[in-house]
Amino acid sequence: MNGQSSKIPVLEVKHLNRYYTVKKGLFEKATVKAVNNINFQLEAGKTLAVVGESGCGKSTLAKVLTMIDEPTSGEIFFDGQNLLDCSAEERKALRQKVQIIFQDPYGSLNPRKKLGTIIGEPLKINTTLSGPERKKRVQAMMAKVGLRPEFFDRYPHMFSGGQRQRIAVARALMLNPKIVIADEPVSALDVSIQAQVLNLLMDLQDELGLAYVFISHDLSVVEHIANDVIVMYLGQIVEYGNTKTIFSNPRHPYTQALLASTPKIDRTKRQKIRLSGEIPSPLQLPEGCPFQSRCVHSESLCSNQRPELESFDQRKVACLRIKEISDTLQ
Amino acid sequence: MSLLEIKNLTVEFGSIEKPFRAVDAVNLRLDEGEVLGIVGESGSGKSVSALATMGLIEFPGRVRAEELKFQGRDLLRINDKQRRSITGADIAMIFQEPMTSLNPCFTVGYQIIETLKVHQPDTRKQMKARAVELLEQVGIPDPVPRLKLFPHQLSGGMSQRVMIAIAIACNPRLLIADEPTTALDVTIQAQIMDLLLELQEKSKMGMVLISHDLALIAEAAGQVVVMYAGQVVEIGTAEELFYTPKHPYTAALINSLPEHAKGKKRLDSLAGVVPGMYDRPSGCLLNPRCQYATDRCRNEEPELKGPLKRQVKCHTPLGE
Repeated sequence: MNGQSSKIPVLEVKHLNRYYTVKKGLFEKATVKAVNNINFQLEAGKTLAVVGESGCGKSTLAKVLTMIDEPTSGEIFFDGQNLLDCSAEERKALRQKVQIIFQDPYGSLNPRKKLGTIIGEPLKINTTLSGPERKKRVQAMMAKVGLRPEFFDRYPHMFSGGQRQRIAVARALMLNPKIVIADEPVSALDVSIQAQVLNLLMDLQDELGLAYVFISHDLSVVEHIANDVIVMYLGQIVEYGNTKTIFSNPRHPYTQALLASTPKIDRTKRQKIRLSGEIPSPLQLPEGCPFQSRCVHSESLCSNQRPELESFDQRKVACLRIKEISDTLQ
Repeated sequence: MSLLEIKNLTVEFGSIEKPFRAVDAVNLRLDEGEVLGIVGESGSGKSVSALATMGLIEFPGRVRAEELKFQGRDLLRINDKQRRSITGADIAMIFQEPMTSLNPCFTVGYQIIETLKVHQPDTRKQMKARAVELLEQVGIPDPVPRLKLFPHQLSGGMSQRVMIAIAIACNPRLLIADEPTTALDVTIQAQIMDLLLELQEKSKMGMVLISHDLALIAEAAGQVVVMYAGQVVEIGTAEELFYTPKHPYTAALINSLPEHAKGKKRLDSLAGVVPGMYDRPSGCLLNPRCQYATDRCRNEEPELKGPLKRQVKCHTPLGE
């Protein structure tokens, strides 16, 4: 895993929590633990994927990392600098280093603004460059992401989904960020277009040394693009490790079910594990392991004690019965 | 006799002088107990063909076909009343977004009973009992109190189960599932697909499964149709299509999947996009995006040729 090398990670997250309080009836309040005790490291030029089903806290994590939302507690280090200790000025500077690409390119671009204005906006807000200088930078960036120069004065509705996502990528890269958070960047696109955008993201990573936090529910995309992968379930990490290690031999029952549920063209590859039931409401999490209600291996132990993320077989897994389960499988 | 036989189905929108063909001369055949998969990117005319079969294309759209036969009866040549008695009962459809296709103002029970009331009227008690039975069949636990729930009280997977219950209420012979699991999570998707295939197998009905997800189609369907820009470009069994594709478009789609890029970093991608209303090329519609395109492809439109169950619309099919 990442910890083995001596490089300072460009992004490090320790014990990160984000809780939301929601009203439940007139006087009662309930807490939703959207992101619960998350720890990870990300090196420059590497890709960390976060996978999980809807409601597992992937997007909340993206919001906290990009400083759109404040964490309830925990520490976030960018290049060794603790974000939560920073003054407002320092945070503004740090914000430029972390950019985000949103899921839906039809919703994330202002329909009333021209392409040049949209891509140039980060420069206008954060730098003191003059108009012509900004235009030059925008045009250079457009060439880099594969948008033709004559697009400069066009509006977003004139573009297809794939081109719009290129615009979103160009905007995210205007301030030379070190980290790009990509929140489901290709899930709204068709497969042939998806491949174009994924290639673009990988090329830019090689060229600029970007670190990606790649949030996705599509496991085949993740397997292809990511170095490390985090599997989340109801706000918690259930498995974390090298992509190859996890995809070739998933250990947590949830990861196993997730991989078994993904359709593959090669029919013989897949064994069938089916989860019964659906994700429980995050408002009333069960005591103990959050996955117990859908897990085929759950026992009385699982409903009493909350599993911690522990090292096991070259990765980290949060499962109380992990040793017994893997013994029976072998 | 086939269950469904479509010949030369064309759907046009826009003005008479300059129509836009969303579906262009499509032929489909489906037998009882068969699962037919239709794949293609957005804008390829998959959903419009399904809606045309259901009779759900509204006025400015024009549906024409040489034949649109269901169990031997031509749906375009019977009167509206007769057609309505078939759609919803013998032909049923499941839509993509379960959350928006249920009416938020009525309870789940009401919406299931509504279908029964139209097609198989019975006493209220009987119909309620049937609704409970249907919910049980689609795997909703504790169905009696669930009848009183409104759609917003259900999760995505539950809503899709209710949609399926409504669709199978009158024991249809043909079920059209238009992207039934696209809005759902993978673990739920697997559950819903298992349920659909199990119901299909049990009642031996024909099913048309529409999806943009090649892998999903590969696992579920027997016969597969690949569509591009409103036209059928390739037909074959799932096995033939996904292991030995003959049309360059099918091959490109399969190669652009990350699953197929083992060992290399860059994915094979297909440059460009599906042509829209105003930028249709002459000749083969794929020619601007096709790496094998010749002058012939740019001028002359290829025909869909080959044996009935294995057809390709290309001048220079792969592997020949």
